[in-house]
Amino acid sequence: MPRRAPQGTQAVQRALGLLRSFTPEAPEHRLSELAAAHGLHPSTAHRLLGVLEAEGLIGRSPDSQAYRWMPGAPGAGDAAPSPRYNGLRPLEPLRTPFHRRTAALCESGAWRDWSGYTCVETYEPTPEREYWAVRNAAGLIDVSPLFKYEITGADAVRLLDRMMTRDFSKSQTGRVMYTSWCNEDGHLLQDGNVQRLARERFLVSAAEPCLRWFEDCGWGMDVEVRDVSEEIGVLALQGPRARAVAEAATTGLDFGAMRYFDLAAGEVGSGAGGAPVTVTRTGYTGDLGYEFWVAAEHAEALWDALVEAGRDHGLLPAGLLALDMVRVEAGLVLIDVDYVSASHAEIEVLKATPAEAGLGFTVKLDKQADFVGRRALVLERDRGPAWAMVGLEVDWFELERLWSEIDLRPQVVGQPASRKPTPVFAPGGWQVGQCTSRFFSPLLKKYVGLATVHADAAALGTELDVEVAVGYGRRRARARVVRRPFFNPARKTAVDPMPGVDE
Amino acid sequence: MTDAIVVGAGHNGLVAAAYLARAGLDVVVLESSPEIGGATRSQEAFPGFRFSVFSYLVSLLRPEVIHELDLVRHGLLLVPTASTLNPLPGGDCLFREADPQRTYRHIARHSRRDAEALFEYKLEMRRMGHLMYRLQRAAPDELAAAIGDRVAESAEHLDVEVSAEVADIARYFLDLPAERLRGFVQMLTMSSADFLGQWFESDVLKAALSSSSIIGSMLSPRTPGSAYVLLHHYMGEVDGVYREWGFQKGGTGAVAATIARAAQSHGAEIRTHSPVARVLVSDRRAAGVVLANGDELRAGVVMSSAAPQISLGRLLDPEDVPGGAGAGLVERAARWQSGGCAGKVNLAISGLPRFECMPEPGPHLSGGITIAPGLDYVDRAYDDAKYGGFSERPFIDMIIPSVLDPDMAPPGKHVLSCFVQYAPYELAAGSWDEGQREAFGDAVVRTLAEYAPGIEDQILHRQVLVPPDIEAIAGIPGGNIFHGELRLSQLFLLRPDPAAAAFRTPLPGYYLCGSSTQFGGGISGGPARLAALRVLDDLRTADTAGGGSAEAP
Repeated sequence: MPRRAPQGTQAVQRALGLLRSFTPEAPEHRLSELAAAHGLHPSTAHRLLGVLEAEGLIGRSPDSQAYRWMPGAPGAGDAAPSPRYNGLRPLEPLRTPFHRRTAALCESGAWRDWSGYTCVETYEPTPEREYWAVRNAAGLIDVSPLFKYEITGADAVRLLDRMMTRDFSKSQTGRVMYTSWCNEDGHLLQDGNVQRLARERFLVSAAEPCLRWFEDCGWGMDVEVRDVSEEIGVLALQGPRARAVAEAATTGLDFGAMRYFDLAAGEVGSGAGGAPVTVTRTGYTGDLGYEFWVAAEHAEALWDALVEAGRDHGLLPAGLLALDMVRVEAGLVLIDVDYVSASHAEIEVLKATPAEAGLGFTVKLDKQADFVGRRALVLERDRGPAWAMVGLEVDWFELERLWSEIDLRPQVVGQPASRKPTPVFAPGGWQVGQCTSRFFSPLLKKYVGLATVHADAAALGTELDVEVAVGYGRRRARARVVRRPFFNPARKTAVDPMPGVDE
Repeated sequence: MTDAIVVGAGHNGLVAAAYLARAGLDVVVLESSPEIGGATRSQEAFPGFRFSVFSYLVSLLRPEVIHELDLVRHGLLLVPTASTLNPLPGGDCLFREADPQRTYRHIARHSRRDAEALFEYKLEMRRMGHLMYRLQRAAPDELAAAIGDRVAESAEHLDVEVSAEVADIARYFLDLPAERLRGFVQMLTMSSADFLGQWFESDVLKAALSSSSIIGSMLSPRTPGSAYVLLHHYMGEVDGVYREWGFQKGGTGAVAATIARAAQSHGAEIRTHSPVARVLVSDRRAAGVVLANGDELRAGVVMSSAAPQISLGRLLDPEDVPGGAGAGLVERAARWQSGGCAGKVNLAISGLPRFECMPEPGPHLSGGITIAPGLDYVDRAYDDAKYGGFSERPFIDMIIPSVLDPDMAPPGKHVLSCFVQYAPYELAAGSWDEGQREAFGDAVVRTLAEYAPGIEDQILHRQVLVPPDIEAIAGIPGGNIFHGELRLSQLFLLRPDPAAAAFRTPLPGYYLCGSSTQFGGGISGGPARLAALRVLDDLRTADTAGGGSAEAP
């Protein structure tokens, strides 16, 4: 027989449940919302909330329409003012707008800092299932910590054309452009996506802060740059089933018509009246995928809709370890791993031009507008880049050979992508560069890596040696320069992508 | 002109063809059934539901086969099944995860000593796997010659040249520490229950680990010799990690398709609907085949991937075999131990099964799930079959392919693959008619429902396959999934026949390359690779000898 809580206990439980709803991240709640969320009759909820308020555990919003979290109230999940910070609250890790959802699913307890945000490294103890979900079904990745800047005004195109290496005179509303931006010396500051939301409205996403740089570049222009980083939550839905999941989770979007790097606006959920969401057919996985941009207050509704729709398609939430594995397979460079931003490279040799970082395709030297770094990049074009970003591949038999020296089978599988640079040599010779991202791809069954090497060692098919750890030793593995991306399924860019398009 | 004919387009036949074609030979593969694959076969048995009809997981596939034939480029895509769940009565379970520390905690609930011993056991089995990894790279006669050379310098009777690699392997084997050699002998001779008893005390863990010792074999974990079957399953690997298993996207039929594409990329031709009647002999050597329709196809080399009852029986006229060896060959092939013991029940289900021990969806559903709650349980299941019945409460090894590859079933629905023991080839009472098949299927569902209540209501379609179906569809006589029991009397230089143990047969130009040759059994491709390399060696030798016995391309 189910045990029933005594009357008094039940009231305490309910009151504590209500109290726990108030957190620094979700400080305000209306009565009706709380009653619904806790399965209480509104009058019961009202009574309990009244007690909590009288006891000083919660307060009222300025317009008294809602109950409000009280800083410092016991049990409200808040940290007390710290003497160490002279009475200020200590700087807590930031939470993305999806945090409550991701935290509930993070069984491993493995978190990682990303731009101050607490992000899931891997939901399960090992990232394998999350990695395979992206390649075989669908993965859902919280990428909200990206910096986001809204650029509006009559001169928005002019500003972007002045800052960016891509030709923004050709940008169209409803399209996303991937671009680099450089300093005056033509050295890379960052790379990122620019959404054209309207004729005079853009959204730039970037890995690192760049408000000041954008504002300075737009000095005197009729343009406003606004940091909207914390206002927008971003979810990447990636994998062969991404379209089916996206379709089931949203309304008002035509995924069949949506091309690679298209952008469209729709609503969350299957019925009308859902939260507005912007969808871009972009991602950092090299697979079929979409990114969803939603106002922070609707973030959880978006998450819930996607997870619900994904239930029938093998969707798994995926952490940053899995993301890093698939992005290496996709041959996509990562700032401050595969190249160092000129904004914090202490010495010249660490800096890279877009061409040297493998982003030469984003540089449009013949566009109408002059842009920051152009003069230097024209000179570079004439004399040729000194370095090149290449894909390196070490085949299975080479791995077997190296590990057989210590009587082991290759111990390469199941390890996350390494971001520690390792030297690259001419065969049996001098160092010609460094390999900055690498891992053994269980999909390709090869060791693959991104490397920066002297331009004359970059031709496809060139044989190079890359240093690998074999047991306690360091060995040189024979590698070959191969085309990037290492993995490039047709579904990534297919028009009207359907399941099984790569078979 | 065709240089080589391969009989049978199962995974081994296709591997052999790919290696020969890759070396520049003009190869034709002849398959009797309408489809390639043999026992590596996928089928959309019900609209929207795709099954791996027979074999269901991949681990034994040799890395050298994968990489020499560039199978990844041709479509090999193995999704790991990292965990094993053994549901137990009363809502309990034994769960082994990818993370060894979590596995320790799961097992410690049953026995702390066993949880700790598992680390040691796995270490020892990895070392065993590593030994087997080497042995698998050597043709048995060459290895025997190499060992003979070293031990007694007396291997002249084996007509084989020892390569440097095999000489190394022989040295490795002979230099093994005594305790490892002892372990090897134990594994060849002991029962798995006794072998595991050296490490473990808890019955549930012993039963769980013994699952690999009975797969495909008419053995109980308590039958001497079952430890070898365990070893056979520990020599598999995925990317250098022993004892890992993967699910091929699209089912195991996609493995065959992948190898077929590799073979075709080198110019091999694959003909289905082409049953072979017999090997054509001219001038006391194989000269091609005669098809069932009477057509003749001539070639200097004939390889058969079929089981010995076919390869050394049906396809050979004893009179054709030189030296009067034919009669003995045919007689021994007829006595080859190769009765089927396993059935396959493939279920299309309306949703994920809810196991009493772990009802909610989770990582456990993307791993193996085995019903083997105790050694007595499995032994009793075996007893049923020993006396000619199917197990009333069977051993079941399951996976849910649609969790690993959503394309296997319509959205939200799933396929459940149940490998079931025991189901003898011949029933003592009656025959495998529709009624017996359904009764067998019912026994499986009944057993499942003990651990996943409500599953009977989730079943949309059911495919029940028993050994005679394996025989009829995959062409394996008796329906033995390994083309013959894996026991010491049928291994190494005795597999499948003392006179045909190293891919060559007494009939020059006629070779064996299937699972009935050494280290066969499982989706390995290893025997076919070694067989093809032996053929190529023989052709080279004949070539340099100036047109001796074999015909060079």
